[in-house]
Amino acid sequence: MVPLSWYLSLSAILFFLGVVGMMTRRNTIIMLMCIELMMNAANLTFVALSHYLHSMNGQMFVFFIVAIAAAEVSVGLAIIINLYRLKASVDPDDMNRLQG
Amino acid sequence: MEKFVWLIPAFPLIGVLINLFFGRWTGKKAHWIACLAVLGSFIVSLMVFSRVMQGETLNYDYFNWIWVGSFHANAGVLIDPLSALMLIVVTGVSFLIHVYSIGYMHDDPGYPRFFLYLNLFVFSMVSLVLANNFLLLYVFWEAVGLCSYLLIGFWFQKKSASDAGKKAFIVNRIGDFGFGLGIMMIFVVFGSIQFTEVFGMASGASVACLTAITLLLLLGAMGKSAQIPLYVWLPDAMEGPTPVSALIHAATMVTAGVYMIARCHVLFNLAPLTQNVIIWMGMLTAFFAATIALVQKDIKRVLAYSTISQLGYMFVGVGLGAYTAGIFHLATHAFFKALLFLGAGSVMHAMANETDMWKMGGLSKIMKYTSWTFLIACLAIAGIPPFAGFFSKEEILGAAWSAHRYEIYALGILTALMTAFYMFRVYFLTFKGTPRYNVHSHHAHESPWVMTFPLMVLAVFSVIAGWVGIGTHGGSWIHQFLNPVFTLPGSEHMAEAGHSGSEQLLLMGIAIAAALAGIGLAWQIYLKDIKQSDRMAAQFSGLHKVLTNKYYVDEFYDAVFVTPIKNISIALWRGFDAVVIDGTVNGIGWFVSIIGQLLRYFQSGYVRTYTTMFVIGVIAVLGFYLTR
Repeated sequence: MVPLSWYLSLSAILFFLGVVGMMTRRNTIIMLMCIELMMNAANLTFVALSHYLHSMNGQMFVFFIVAIAAAEVSVGLAIIINLYRLKASVDPDDMNRLQG
Repeated sequence: MEKFVWLIPAFPLIGVLINLFFGRWTGKKAHWIACLAVLGSFIVSLMVFSRVMQGETLNYDYFNWIWVGSFHANAGVLIDPLSALMLIVVTGVSFLIHVYSIGYMHDDPGYPRFFLYLNLFVFSMVSLVLANNFLLLYVFWEAVGLCSYLLIGFWFQKKSASDAGKKAFIVNRIGDFGFGLGIMMIFVVFGSIQFTEVFGMASGASVACLTAITLLLLLGAMGKSAQIPLYVWLPDAMEGPTPVSALIHAATMVTAGVYMIARCHVLFNLAPLTQNVIIWMGMLTAFFAATIALVQKDIKRVLAYSTISQLGYMFVGVGLGAYTAGIFHLATHAFFKALLFLGAGSVMHAMANETDMWKMGGLSKIMKYTSWTFLIACLAIAGIPPFAGFFSKEEILGAAWSAHRYEIYALGILTALMTAFYMFRVYFLTFKGTPRYNVHSHHAHESPWVMTFPLMVLAVFSVIAGWVGIGTHGGSWIHQFLNPVFTLPGSEHMAEAGHSGSEQLLLMGIAIAAALAGIGLAWQIYLKDIKQSDRMAAQFSGLHKVLTNKYYVDEFYDAVFVTPIKNISIALWRGFDAVVIDGTVNGIGWFVSIIGQLLRYFQSGYVRTYTTMFVIGVIAVLGFYLTR
């Protein structure tokens, strides 16, 4: 039996990786993946606590989040592809036409 | 009567609205609307007048206009013999001047605008006369001032005309400031602004209070009726088109002050100090304006000063408590002064807008109608019986005599002599003698019939208007007509006690002698031997110079009031406005832009930076809750 603290620690590490990736990487696709990583870290916490607390609520949330994440990724990737067509780049720093 | 009285101001107002919104289409036909509107007012005024003759009066409120706490102001009318007479004079003279303007203004590009202003003026003036409370009176008092400004500056592209308009407006503002204060004080003291209520309570107020109120009201009358010291705007007002000078600055608007004092006679009767001020102010105005008129070269300026002088007479009349005499002179003066101005306008029309009398002469051969009617007006103003001016002026002088104000009487006779002199100086220089303009290059011509017809009608009235004053003192028609107004409870006739028949004849004889002397003098100097005038000017060169420069009053006002105010304004502009006000405003702008400069570093546009900020924020908030 894996204790709860391990799950939570793994979740925290994954989340932190996502945050660091968001802050450091310059590739929009990587940034999108970092967001997914953070979201799944949160999912892991939900599932672990659901098991620990013997409540199905957390797992319900996870199903919803997975569905929303799928929709979000499809939209996000579509935006990124269109931006690439426009700018021939996926660097968010190049998307600066609205900057004063 | 209330069913049709409202039509009197409504007709010209409709005329204003039509020419205001459809002036582009009415164009050269604008006069039809304007003249018919005023004619309508005149006919309704006649109906009102005939009802008043049968002894009917009316004090009717059409609607509540302002109602705040204890303060009520209604839009209402007051019809009594005084306002009925004023209505007849105002609408009648206005109608004739409207007709005259068709001929005088026919080439002007601002033709519909001119009739629009004239109608607006008639609307304001009849409303002023009809008002039954002080606030309504004040509103239309200002409105006629506005019309005066618009019409003096009608040719606004001329600097002198727009300046004259501003001068008239500003000088009138000074007087109206006092008038406004007076009305406020009336409300504070009496708690009402309705004429009937205020006059009913007047005897209950203290003399000091009434003196203050009447002096403030008088200040308004001084400005509007061009009395010393606020008369300076009227001569400059001659920059406007001549029909305007006739309508506003001779016949109607300038008499508003006299009308107001007559309307408020209950208050003025209870303030002897104010009455004394009015008498002296009026007499000095009459006298000094007449002396200035003696030497002016511009025909319209002579008439302007003569207007001021005659207004002075009216003030003497109302100041003496002889309100009937004052109003009588107002009415006759309206006819002959309008006639004089329109005659002068006809001359200018013939002479291509020349106003210098030294460049005229001998016009009576060419302009028969103008010269004859002008002569009638001159006789009327000079006070030769049986012309109108004689009767009204005689009444005022007679009132001064019977009030034992002999110094006023003497000055009045002297002024009458000068009046006869300067009017006939105008007549002889303009219409008699040999032409002093280039006869070959300039073809003077008589004016069209739309201009001469009003002249003839006015000439008829300049003769017969005075006959209503024939009769033993107090028994004439005008006295019987106006007496109900001026013998309300609380007002008694101070100076209208009759004097004996032989005394009256003697006074008449003196007045006629003075007038004849003036005419004779003018004939001697300006017709018999015209060089004599130059010799006399050289002989009294000092006096002549002072008079030609109008006692340097304009220069005096300029040095004492205008220049210091200008300097203070410049100092305030440079010192206060540019440094303090602009400094504050610009300082606020500078502060905001500095803050913005600093804050813009946070708006880098880099997603990473935003993420970092966000993370730092989350950590800070979490840290705050966890460590608490």
